[in-house]
Amino acid sequence: MLRPMNRLPGERAARLRAAALTLPLLAFIGVTFIAPLGTMLVRSVHDPLVADALPDTLALLREWAGLGIPEEAVFETAARELASARQARTLGQIATRINRVQGGLRSVLTRSARKLRGMEPDSWRDAMIGINPAWGEAATWRAIRRAGERFTPRHYLHALDLDRGLDGGIVAQPSELRIYLPLLGRTLAVSLGITALCLLLGYPIAYLIAQAPPQRASLLLLLVLVPFWTSLLVRTTSWIVLLQSQGVVNDLLVMLGLIGDEQRLAMIYNMTGTLVAMTHVLLPFMVLPLYSVMRSIPAQHMNAAASLGASFRQAFRRVYWPQTLPGVGAGSLLVFILAIGYYITPALVGGRTGQLISNMIAYHMQQSLNWGLAAALGGILLACVVGLYLLYDRLVGVDRMKLG
Amino acid sequence: MKYRWAVAATLGMASLATNAAESLTVVSWGGSYARASQLAVLEPFTAETGIEIRLEDYNGGLAQIRAQVETGRVHWDVVDLELPDMVRGCDEGLLELVDITNYPPAQDGTPAVNDYPPDTTTECGASMLFYATIYAYNRESFPAAKPETIEDFFDLAKFPGRRGMRRTPLGNLEFALLADGVPVGELYDTLDAPAGMERALRKLDAIKEQIVWWEAGAQPPQMLADQEVVMSTAYNGRIFNAQVLEKQPFVVVWDGQVLDSSGLGIVAGTKHLDAARQLLAFAARPDIQAALGKYISYSPARRSGTALVSTHLASGVDMAPHMPTSPENLHRVVHNNWEWWSDHVDDVNERFSAWLAR
Repeated sequence: MLRPMNRLPGERAARLRAAALTLPLLAFIGVTFIAPLGTMLVRSVHDPLVADALPDTLALLREWAGLGIPEEAVFETAARELASARQARTLGQIATRINRVQGGLRSVLTRSARKLRGMEPDSWRDAMIGINPAWGEAATWRAIRRAGERFTPRHYLHALDLDRGLDGGIVAQPSELRIYLPLLGRTLAVSLGITALCLLLGYPIAYLIAQAPPQRASLLLLLVLVPFWTSLLVRTTSWIVLLQSQGVVNDLLVMLGLIGDEQRLAMIYNMTGTLVAMTHVLLPFMVLPLYSVMRSIPAQHMNAAASLGASFRQAFRRVYWPQTLPGVGAGSLLVFILAIGYYITPALVGGRTGQLISNMIAYHMQQSLNWGLAAALGGILLACVVGLYLLYDRLVGVDRMKLG
Repeated sequence: MKYRWAVAATLGMASLATNAAESLTVVSWGGSYARASQLAVLEPFTAETGIEIRLEDYNGGLAQIRAQVETGRVHWDVVDLELPDMVRGCDEGLLELVDITNYPPAQDGTPAVNDYPPDTTTECGASMLFYATIYAYNRESFPAAKPETIEDFFDLAKFPGRRGMRRTPLGNLEFALLADGVPVGELYDTLDAPAGMERALRKLDAIKEQIVWWEAGAQPPQMLADQEVVMSTAYNGRIFNAQVLEKQPFVVVWDGQVLDSSGLGIVAGTKHLDAARQLLAFAARPDIQAALGKYISYSPARRSGTALVSTHLASGVDMAPHMPTSPENLHRVVHNNWEWWSDHVDDVNERFSAWLAR
């Protein structure tokens, strides 16, 4: 921030003009990044559908203690509001929402609404319990009350394998029902592994390019960039060709007699496939920042260290490596953050065991249509990335990061 | 000169207008089934009404329909839906209402409403056909003893080798429980209890390492032909077509199969509602439903259509033994309880994907 001292006339106008030049960018970021992200985060805690459709029933239920069968008025109001939801053809969506709180209620709602049409019973309570005994259970009404919360933490609880107990307290799901936390843990571990592999493979490559004479360096750089420019799908599917059980690598191993025809290695459609293909896809994101940092390190530094009696190893460890750290940090952070949200590659080559949390998000977006849960999972992933970034800033300092 | 241009432009616009009014985008399941419905239903419909059909493929589900309806950009008009999706889509307002009392009656005059078996009609349309998820094997994989029951599918000791299964809990849980000794009538009551779900997954655990998962209906015949698997669950019509048209040595095991139905629905907000309704009424004709049986082994949904099924057009094979509703194939059949599934599919899918990744 510039301090407003000795300001010349006209400087203010110039600064405004400069700021105005960034407006298109700000607008672009607002429309393509902030707005969708905001919508998603709102969706993860805000679900007005049931609240809007059954307002009177929910108002009555809020006064109900939550135990035993509610009063007649609740039944009568619910019957009326369900009937009008059926008329408006929104009943299916409402039933789906309530069914997510408690499985099995979908058909109770849709079927009861169908049967209640045209009925004018003396007691709505008896009529509805007669249609389906689930109406006589407190759990059913509690589920409706919970689905009717306009702002709700339930998607986040679900995404963290938690649930609310009878008394409203938060309890962990039984271990066989825990899905998302183990998957998140696996995603983080896999991303970390891929980052380590990329560093291990990328560092020597970047070093080689930085040390090579200009002609050879540009050729080597081209070899890094051509895959970078190639479509992601092409690269992923070529790994299928290489690694599948009747693929090139296995054929070669069998031909060389290293393994028998019956012992072909399973290298794709599992975690190995995900690791190999993703490391390859993300490698340029490690090599390029490393290369740009290494290029700026004068060759004399190593020579100077050698002339002072350091072995190559010592010189590398104490002179060269510390100077490349900004590149290592930038590359690792880039690869890790990209890896954590990757989903096409694991979907294609991950098979049964190589799926990551992003594939689950895609599933809830496209198949189960539970967008609230998908948004909550996305929110947690976002929190992980932001947390990691802050940690990195604390430990290394973001201003030391160098992308090129 | 100017005059000529005006005429040309007017004619062009007129032809565009008629095209827009008289063409429908129909979405079906691809492969040999889409070809069969094109030959049996869609082309005769175009011949009779002049309404052109554009055919597209999908893999089921309501996600794409929902996206179109909610964004207001509807470019699909008619979709071939599994019945549970038709019920759900109708409940959620994603499909147009259809009055099936207007459908053509049976040859003997029975009104359409009374011609459909129970649980095959909704407010947004009716089933067109019955299909079964069976399992089939490649005869060359088993020269000696042949698999005959659903228990055999889970018996790795007697019939070693990899098995294909659809990557979904639907149907697979039923197969597993049947093979574990649960009678057909108690399947869904068993699944209702948490222990039932565990039991099914434990049974699947026994063959888990040998399962190759498929997603599109065209995959199982391919995997069987390549001998990538020795047996696979599949839609019966796909296996039949591979048998008669490609002379594949496949055998269908009619034991413990899951019977389902599917039919046409109209996407809410379509610009071609009248033409779409005409197509649904046309596809509801018993003779048209039976005509599908000339190309693929799926049974007509309407009772009066069953009698009209004869032989396969290209090969002359008698269709009766291959039909999913033929009495000789029904000694142990599971009627898919889609209401149970629509209640529990979200929970079960989560359990299933957790199990799958273990």
